[in-house]
Formats: sequence, structure tokens, C-alpha cells
Amino acid sequence: MSPASRPPATSAFCLTLVRRQLTLAVRRPVDIGNPLLFFAMVVALFPLGLGPAPDKLADFAPGILWIIALLSSLLSSDTVFRSDFEDGSLEQLLLAPQPLYLSVLAYILAHWLITGALLALVSPLFAVMINLPSAAIPALVCALALGTAVLSLVGGIGAALTVGLKRGGMLISLLILPFYMPVLIFGSAAVRQAALGAPAAPYLAILGAMLCLAIALAPLAIAAGLRISVDA
Amino acid sequence: MWSFFHKLGSPPWLFGIAGSILRWLLPITLVALAVGLVWGLLFTHPDFRQGNSYRIIYIHVPAAVVALAGYYVMAIAGAVSLVWKMKMADVAMRACAPIGAALTFIALVTGSIWGKPTWGTWWVWDARITSMLILLFLYLGVVALYEAYDNKEAAGKACAVLSLVGTVNIPIIYKSVDWWYSLHQPASIRFTGGSTIDASMLYPLLLMIVAFYCLFTCCLLMNMRAELVEREARTNWVRKLARAGEARA
Amino acid sequence: MAQGQDGAALLRADALSLERGGRELFCGLSFTVRPGQLLQIEGPNGAGKTSLLRILAGLSRYGFGGRVHRQAPQLYLGHHPAVKALLTPRENLAWHVAGEGGHSDARIEAALEQVGLYGYEDVPSMTLSAGQHRRVNLARLYLSSAPLWLLDEPFTAIDKAGVAQLEQLLENHVQGGGAVILTSHQALQLTRLVEFIHLDAGLVA
Repeated sequence: MSPASRPPATSAFCLTLVRRQLTLAVRRPVDIGNPLLFFAMVVALFPLGLGPAPDKLADFAPGILWIIALLSSLLSSDTVFRSDFEDGSLEQLLLAPQPLYLSVLAYILAHWLITGALLALVSPLFAVMINLPSAAIPALVCALALGTAVLSLVGGIGAALTVGLKRGGMLISLLILPFYMPVLIFGSAAVRQAALGAPAAPYLAILGAMLCLAIALAPLAIAAGLRISVDA
Repeated sequence: MWSFFHKLGSPPWLFGIAGSILRWLLPITLVALAVGLVWGLLFTHPDFRQGNSYRIIYIHVPAAVVALAGYYVMAIAGAVSLVWKMKMADVAMRACAPIGAALTFIALVTGSIWGKPTWGTWWVWDARITSMLILLFLYLGVVALYEAYDNKEAAGKACAVLSLVGTVNIPIIYKSVDWWYSLHQPASIRFTGGSTIDASMLYPLLLMIVAFYCLFTCCLLMNMRAELVEREARTNWVRKLARAGEARA
Repeated sequence: MAQGQDGAALLRADALSLERGGRELFCGLSFTVRPGQLLQIEGPNGAGKTSLLRILAGLSRYGFGGRVHRQAPQLYLGHHPAVKALLTPRENLAWHVAGEGGHSDARIEAALEQVGLYGYEDVPSMTLSAGQHRRVNLARLYLSSAPLWLLDEPFTAIDKAGVAQLEQLLENHVQGGGAVILTSHQALQLTRLVEFIHLDAGLVA
């Protein structure tokens, strides 16, 4: 039938995986747009709830932006593995000879590119809407880029553990929101410091450290969770 | 050594040994609780600043200490279940979660009751309180995840992964909340200063902590026995047990 | 074909036992799969056929007793065709085999033609039928170099001509030194080749 062919290099496999996920996302652009639209709408809710006073909004802006980022990341994390679980692609991924650790990382990378990275890029727009001082905007973009990557990784753990369940949506928030808290604390602190004119770098460095830890450990938990979910 | 591990994997043996431990541990626990409570509540001096309200520490501190320890018991049981695929570790982990949640809840409630006369408010976003609240969420998450799975074997493994993720995260969460609080700390409230405690107050507290550990163990063993019987409901040894129970009744 | 020498085991199952919902589905199930064998797992609904196949493939890791020794690469095709509605058959197949080896576009095209999807390579899969989805999945068999195939109900949603062709493919694979374990409710036409694992009895016939 076919000459014995060697399994391709893991890096090539992971690149294929990322490209496939991105192709899937691009073919259904609504999935990319929805978290952004969600972000925009919730941003609009805060002035309605807190009052339109610009200085008050500016005070709360770092926290508001970060909480919305948290929620939109939470909403999208449920879908990371779901469709692949339902159509059987996930089984094939688990059986592939490449290490699951890296394929999982590729999955999360693709997910982050279409949610977190994009959100970080468009966040200045929303920041202006709620009066964040312009000095804080670079810090906001950096903090969101680093922080949402951690959120994607941690969210992936919740997604992997609940993907086999019919109603995972609510449960996943219960499971992973506690783990989001450190990111929220340091992410909003970075933005707040920048808004006050203080250097944001130390907080960004801590976010970076969290990201390193998450990259090292989260894929292990995600891989274990996927094996359990496929088994159940 | 290995035969001990094999026995540990056998439900009837575990059920029996848990029963015989309970037979002497339960009375000890009750006595320790009673002595500790009476000693702490009736026979210690009132605090010169807080008056009698401080006596709630005889419930609050032990509950908080054991709630935290319980999480690590759960996580270690989870690790054992994942690494050695030992079913009984699953059972122990499953039994831990609701007890830990209850203790955390008790610690939070007593803490806030204590806070009202001491700081004049029910709730403060203090680092320790916030961490305890998150610990409660973690416990409840484990319970919710377990209940969501139909396949209880998979449920055990999933909870094991979750509780291990929690152990990595608890120190991080604690440190971040601590740092966050020190940044925002309002100057009016200070309650860690002067942490020395008189020996006459300390001994009953230590006794209560020991009693709570025993209480935790008792609840754990009882919960495990219930879980074992439920899991093994169709096996011969449980049927035999049920028949013996009927005969006695 | 990459394969072991005749007689070298591709897979060895040791005293497998499975319990679901307090009921024992099978126990003490031991068998060896060698090149040239075509094994059909038989049993009524709920006998644990799919579970057994998933245990052999390594997808089930908990809740069963015994050991599985996998001594050769295997290809597992499950219940679900693993076809993404948003991707074309060509993209789907290219992704399916991405883990196994670099296959040229021409080879992927040829495999799709073999399963009767000529002309459908580049239409979105959501416009295809369930049978065609299954065929995209089965096209992997033409590209795979794994000597052991584990197929869960491969004939589902396949038309008569397709079934005959698939059986021919299985026969070729087995005669070429491969081995197949499959579950099916259909009786295969290649009866002289097939051996059975009966799950209701827990014995290998």
C-alpha cells in the first residue's frame, strides 16, 4: 500500500495543527468576532451602571477592562476542545505519535491568537471609550497580551476537564475563575501603575513569570484532562 | 510492605479497618472536643482588649487550620490515585471535599462573626479571608466536577487533576492576594500586631486543633465507608454486610 | 507495508476485564494478534465491543483490568468520522495523516479517489453526506503504514459497493502481512479469513 513513512517532526505537526485551527476560525469569522463584540458591549454597560463621570470611569478603567477580558476569555475557553471532542478528532490527536504536551500547547496557542492576542490589539479602542489615560495604553496592551495567554492556558485545563460533559459551560467558570485571580490582580495593577505614571514593568514581569509557569505546567494538566474526558 | 498496599486496595479490608479505627477515634474526638470547648469557653480569662468575643478562636482557628490541611490531604490522595491508579485514593479524595468545604465555611462564618465586634464590620477583603474564600471555591469546584461526571471513575481522576492544579495555585493565589492587600490596606484596621497569646489561652486552642484533626479524620473515614458501600453496592461483601445489618435490626 | 515478521505479535492482550455500572462485561480475556489475522469482535449491544477496541487502542486507560502490550503502530478509526464540516475532504484527510507521515498532495488525492470522492476534494465537508464523511475517514486506510488496524463499525453508512471494496481492502491488508480487529454488526463476506472474539462468552474462538 504505502512505503513506510516516518512520523513527521513534532514541530511540523504542531505547525500543521496551529494552521488547521486558524483555518477553522477564519472560515467561521463569527467565532472570532463574538468575544470582541462581547467585550465592546460590556464596556458599554459600565458607564450605564457607574455613571458617566469621566474621572470616576478613569479610576475604575483598569479593573473594568481586566474583568471583561477575564469574562470573554472564560466564555471562549469552553469551546477550545468541544467540537474536536464531538466529532472524534480529539481521539485521533491523543493517538498521534507526537507528544500530547506540545500538541496541546499548539491548540492553546491557536486559541490565544484568535482570542487574547486580538483582544489585546483592539483594547486601546475600548480603553479610550472609558477614559483610561493614554499613558497607560501600552501597558494595557502588553498586560493583556501576557495575561490572556495565561488565561487561555488555565482555561484550557477547565475545558479539558469538562469537555466530556453535556453541560460544561457553567461548571468551567466555577472551576477556573479562582485560578484567574492572580492574573487579574497583577494585570490590573500594571495598568493602574502606568495610569499613575509609575513604571509597569515589574508587574508585567510577574505576569511573564506566571506565563512561564503556566506554559510549563498547564499542558500537563490539560493533557491529563483530555485523556480522562475521552475515556469517560 | 506490598501486601499492605494490596490490602489498602481492597474495599472490604478498608471498610473493616476504617470501622475499627472509628470505634476508638470517635470517642476520643468527642471527649477532646468537649474538654477543649468547656476549657476554652468557660475556664480561660477574657482577653483584656477583646473581652469575651475572642473565645470564638476556639472554633475559628482549628476550622481554618484543618480546612487548609484537608486540601492537601485531598491533593495527595488525588496524586496517589493518578500515579498508582489506586481506587481507594479516589474514594478518600471524594470523601475529603465536602468536609473541607464545610470546615472552610465554618472558618469564614466564625471569622466574620468575630470581625463584627472586633473591627466593626462583617467582612474585610483581607488577604487571609480572601484566600479562605477562594479555598471554599476550590473545594466546591471539586464537588461540582465530581457530581457532573456520570462515570465515577473518570470523575475521580478529573478531580485529582483539578486538586493538583489547585495545590500549585494556592500559594500563588495566597501570595498575590497578600501583595494586593498590602497595596490597598486601609490603615484603620490592624489585627496581626501583638500576636502573642497567653499560655492559658494557648493550651485549650492546641487541644481544639487536635480535636478538629480527629474530627476531620472521623468524618473522612465515615464518608469513605459510605462511599465504599455505595460504589460496591452490587458486590458480595456489601450484600453480606446488608444482610447482617438486617439480622441485627 | 511496515510489518513484523510472520509470527511476531502485533498486539498482546493479557487477562483483560471490564466492569461497567457494576456489571462484568468480560473478564480474563487474553489473545494475541499476529500478522495475517482478521479478528471480528462479536457480541450483542452493550457487550463492550467498542470499549474493548478503545482499550486495545489505548484510549481507555482507567477502569479495566489486565494489560495490553502494543508491539506495532496501530491505526484506530472510531465511531465518529473526525471530519470537520468547515474543512474540505482534502484538508481533513491531510490533517488526519499529518501525525503519521508527510504525504504528498497527489497521494492524498489518490486516496480520496479510491474511496469514491473524486470531484469532492475541494468542496466544504458540510455539504457531504454521512456516508461520504465516513469515506473521508476510511481514505486513511489507503495511506496508513500501520500494520494493525482497529476499526469500530467501519461499514456504518457505507453503500453496498463501498462495503465490498472495503472488504477487499481489508483482505489485501491482511494478506500483505497486516492485521485487522474490527467490530461490525454485518457479517463479512470474507468468512474464511475471519476469526472471532465473542464477548458474551469471554472466550476467543
